[in-house]
Amino acid sequence: MPTRKLLLYFSKCETEKPIVYRLVKDYNLMINIFRAKVTPDEEGYLVLDVAGTDEDINNGLEYVKSFGVTVNETLKGVRWDSVKCTSCGNCIPRCPTGALYYPDKHALKVDFDPTQCIECLNCIKNCPFDACRSLF
Amino acid sequence: MKTYEEINEKIAAGKAVVLTADEIIDYVDKNGLETAAKEVDVVTTATFGPMCSSGCFLNFGHSKPKMRITEAWLDDVPAYAGVAAVDVYLGATQLRYNDPANLYHPGEFRFGGGHVMEKLVAGKKIQLFGLSYGTDDYPRREIRTWIDINDLNQAIMVNPRNCYQNYNVAVNCSEKEIYTYLGYLKPGMKNLTYCSATQLSPLLNDPFYMTIGIGTRIWIAGAHGHVYAEGTQHAPSCKRGENDVPMGGSGTLALTGDMKRMQPEFVRGVSLRGYGVSLAVGVGIPIPILNEAILKYTTVRDREILAPVVDYATDYPEATGKVLGYLNYEELKSGEVTFMDKEVKAGSLSSYAGALEIAEILKAEINDGRFLLSSPMAPLVREQSMKPLVIRENK
Ligand code: SF4
Ligand code: SF4
Repeated sequence: MPTRKLLLYFSKCETEKPIVYRLVKDYNLMINIFRAKVTPDEEGYLVLDVAGTDEDINNGLEYVKSFGVTVNETLKGVRWDSVKCTSCGNCIPRCPTGALYYPDKHALKVDFDPTQCIECLNCIKNCPFDACRSLF
Repeated sequence: MKTYEEINEKIAAGKAVVLTADEIIDYVDKNGLETAAKEVDVVTTATFGPMCSSGCFLNFGHSKPKMRITEAWLDDVPAYAGVAAVDVYLGATQLRYNDPANLYHPGEFRFGGGHVMEKLVAGKKIQLFGLSYGTDDYPRREIRTWIDINDLNQAIMVNPRNCYQNYNVAVNCSEKEIYTYLGYLKPGMKNLTYCSATQLSPLLNDPFYMTIGIGTRIWIAGAHGHVYAEGTQHAPSCKRGENDVPMGGSGTLALTGDMKRMQPEFVRGVSLRGYGVSLAVGVGIPIPILNEAILKYTTVRDREILAPVVDYATDYPEATGKVLGYLNYEELKSGEVTFMDKEVKAGSLSSYAGALEIAEILKAEINDGRFLLSSPMAPLVREQSMKPLVIRENK
């Protein structure tokens, strides 16, 4: 079953609608929420995996967009700055999924694979060089 | 047998053979020590990791009217002004004024002296705030202005200790998590941190300081600086392996260089959660291959370098001197080691990729004839131990 990792951005007014509930109930989607920041009367973010048939996912996204929610498939909640990263490697043992990893075991240059990131935020708390940040 | 002069002549003629400390290992394996010693002129070494005991002397020039600054803050980070009227020393580990430190443990330490140095090298504007009591010849009592590195007369990096020959591997044997200058350590020895450029590290490639000494020209964050003294805590009389490589901290170097010629990617402020701020500076040091013995030392490889594993929950803070055991850097770099019957995840703080990049840059500069080698004015001390600080009841 196709799975897509999405970042949803809610402008102020949409946060009280049961959007996730509808996505599950009406569009047969399996939702795995990694991280959410939804405060009444403020803008909100939701980072989640949606799994379902391509058709269900697309319909679900159309439904979400109809509320003015911005759906972003490329932007992640966790940002890794390749220029700031010195490849010190301190994050490697603390990243539970290998999203931060060494593509080459000899060169030991660190890279980031956003598709593996589950937004646990370990790296953000840990990075001595401020290379990992959260969008929200 | 070669001399510094012969090697420099070859460099100037663009004919020197230069390899990194990473490349030399296979090269000697393939061609043999004797042949390689004839062919290779220089081996480049490097390191790029957090190193406290860094800082810089800055001269601001004189304002109108003049001021004899007695207290100074750069972007709110206090600098030591007891040097001269408009000279200060800014230390890398200095916290910003009002930083809550570890009041809410673990503190974040987002900005300090090291970060100000990073901003300066990056050409960014910083705020200078200074106070004085005023004198007849220096009447001004307060100053607030914004400056960048081009406004300064001098910005000279002075690092009393750098390039630690080898270093501890930190673990935590206690039941609670701890935050150290070697990073976050989980209880029950679930992870460890090491901090070394390993087989690229300058003093691991010259374990008895046959070529690196006081006066040696170095590459420091892009500038050409030099070793000005033995580093603080230089303690070469330590346990060494059969290959003469120290099995603990051992030697250090005191380095200096002109910050106006440095590159920002190699001068980086460091924030260590729960510990404080520091600075990482990239350093490259060339080793002239004067003879076979010098070359032999440069072929040292990760698995032949042992680092002591120390418990940072008890033995390190209590200064018991206890070493739990030794691990080699090949094991450590694999990311997971078995130690005292436990699977331990290994993380690093020093950037091997960064060190490799610097070793390559230095190699390119020597190949292009832009970097000549200097023989030391004086050798580094080879026998010396580190003294503890004794707490006396009375004098
Ligand atoms: S801890 Fe930060 S600087 Fe170090 S490798 Fe990871 S992301 Fe890069
Ligand atoms: S947020 Fe967690 S999973 Fe994502 S890169 Fe950082 S440590 Fe890895």
